Amino acid sequence: MTTVKAPGVWQRSANLRTGFLYLLPSIVLFAVFLFYPMIRTIYLSFFLTDQNGNAAVNVGFENYSYLLTSPAFLNSMKATGLFVLYTVPIGIILSLFFALLANEKLKGIGFFRTMYSSTMGISVAASSVIWLFLFHPSVGLFNRILVAVNLPQVQWLLDPEWALFSIAVSTIWMNTGFSFLILLGGLQNIDEHLYESSRIDGAGYFYRLRRITIPMLSPTLFFIITISLINAFQTFGQIDILTKGGPSQSTNLIVYSIYREAFINYQFGTASAQAVILFIIILVVTILQFKLLEKKVHYQ
Amino acid sequence: MRDSTLKKVWIYFLLVVTSLLVFFPVVYAFMISFMSGPEILQGKFFPEAFKFDNYVKVFDRLPLMKYLMNSFVVSLTVMIGQLVVCSLAAYAFVFIPFKGRDFVFFLFISTMMIPWEATMIPNFFTIQKLDWLNTYQGMSLPFFALAFGTFLLRQHFKTIPKELQEASQIAGLSRFKFFWKVILPVSKTSLVTLGAYGFLTTWNMYLWPLLITTNSSVRTVQIGLKQLQSQEMSTDWGVVMAGVIVVIIPTLLLLFIGQKQLQKGLSQGALK
Repeated sequence: MTTVKAPGVWQRSANLRTGFLYLLPSIVLFAVFLFYPMIRTIYLSFFLTDQNGNAAVNVGFENYSYLLTSPAFLNSMKATGLFVLYTVPIGIILSLFFALLANEKLKGIGFFRTMYSSTMGISVAASSVIWLFLFHPSVGLFNRILVAVNLPQVQWLLDPEWALFSIAVSTIWMNTGFSFLILLGGLQNIDEHLYESSRIDGAGYFYRLRRITIPMLSPTLFFIITISLINAFQTFGQIDILTKGGPSQSTNLIVYSIYREAFINYQFGTASAQAVILFIIILVVTILQFKLLEKKVHYQ
Repeated sequence: MRDSTLKKVWIYFLLVVTSLLVFFPVVYAFMISFMSGPEILQGKFFPEAFKFDNYVKVFDRLPLMKYLMNSFVVSLTVMIGQLVVCSLAAYAFVFIPFKGRDFVFFLFISTMMIPWEATMIPNFFTIQKLDWLNTYQGMSLPFFALAFGTFLLRQHFKTIPKELQEASQIAGLSRFKFFWKVILPVSKTSLVTLGAYGFLTTWNMYLWPLLITTNSSVRTVQIGLKQLQSQEMSTDWGVVMAGVIVVIIPTLLLLFIGQKQLQKGLSQGALK
């Protein structure tokens, strides 16, 4: 009996085995570099650690209660929230505006599309260095313009009142390329016939925009809003090059704060607790996004 | 008729003004990269002459050639790694039905909820324990598996008619042969999209190389820019901008060539 049954199971599981084999590289890599470290981060967040990141003393929720009462961390959370608020809506509206322009069927439109998408090809480090120069107090372009029109100069990156705003401006610029490309792709997927029938009815441009374009584009918009939100919470490179979290902590966004706590202060326990908070925020944002927008999104 | 001409003029006007504004910082950096210190102080837009002094200097002050090579090797490695790992996974999701596939698919989706930065501390120690600091494998291996890339390829594989699989089975092609000889060749466009995307994002990566490179052996150009900017900050903006231009040329070229492809491919992957 067993000799008959064994190959049966073996054969029936053939798909399972091959399927698993094809998925194995992904599963192993996700396990080692994503799931394990995420669990390890949660674990470490309940400990004080030694210099090598090993758990030393179990402190329960103390790392969290310390963070939630620490003015420095609360300030970092506030700065992160403001940064998201400054960059995401304006970034998406601007990219949508560019994408609508670039979706017109005109001669030479390919050239403009390339220009709008160009910032996607420019790294955060390179962009930051360029903007560092533009913001420079004496030789920078912005202050030269202010002087030319007789306005007082601004210490863009050195003034706590202006630094976060300045970083936000440069970040919006860096991100338009990617958002533009995605939105343009979405616009081009909209069926031409929809417009043709509305044109016969004599509908105006803005009517068509509101009634056809935006609803048909909503899945793409939904995608890009989610990605932009997540990206904004993960901002790091421009902070490291432009301000190093200063002046007086005004641009110490959460990922920069985690980086400093872990790799400069060697406080891996509190850094892990911050990382868990970041994880929770992104989780909540994504779930809220789905819950709120799912109903309003029009899928073709 | 007049109405549509007027509209065209308007659109061209907006196109020119806004696209120039978007591209301006790059042009400005390009101009600065040819200027000497005094010229920059004067606040000119056009340099007196297009001399390559700053470019010679930047290669002199940094091992920039080495950094460029490193960036190229790491980006290429991640690109190939992602293509292999993601296409294998996408193939299983489309062509091999098995019990528990939905669960594995859910697992893939859940990876998109974990911000990479939340895992970087243990990842750093993993790489350190493997003795992979300052190595190419430490720079690239953690990024081979990518849910977004898998979904993008899965989208395309799903459009391939199932009859093709039946025909290949009748012809006696093995599963792997079918994947390698049939599926991959007909999915060239998606593979190119994912490849370009992977190369671009890896070339531009900043935080991970900052953490795991402590010397110039595998350090990438992005970290080179940080070094350059902190060394030269007040003195030589021309040299710094020359560095910036050298670093952005490869990716800008890649983007200019592949812009159409990327835009089509990425927006398809975005809509599941």
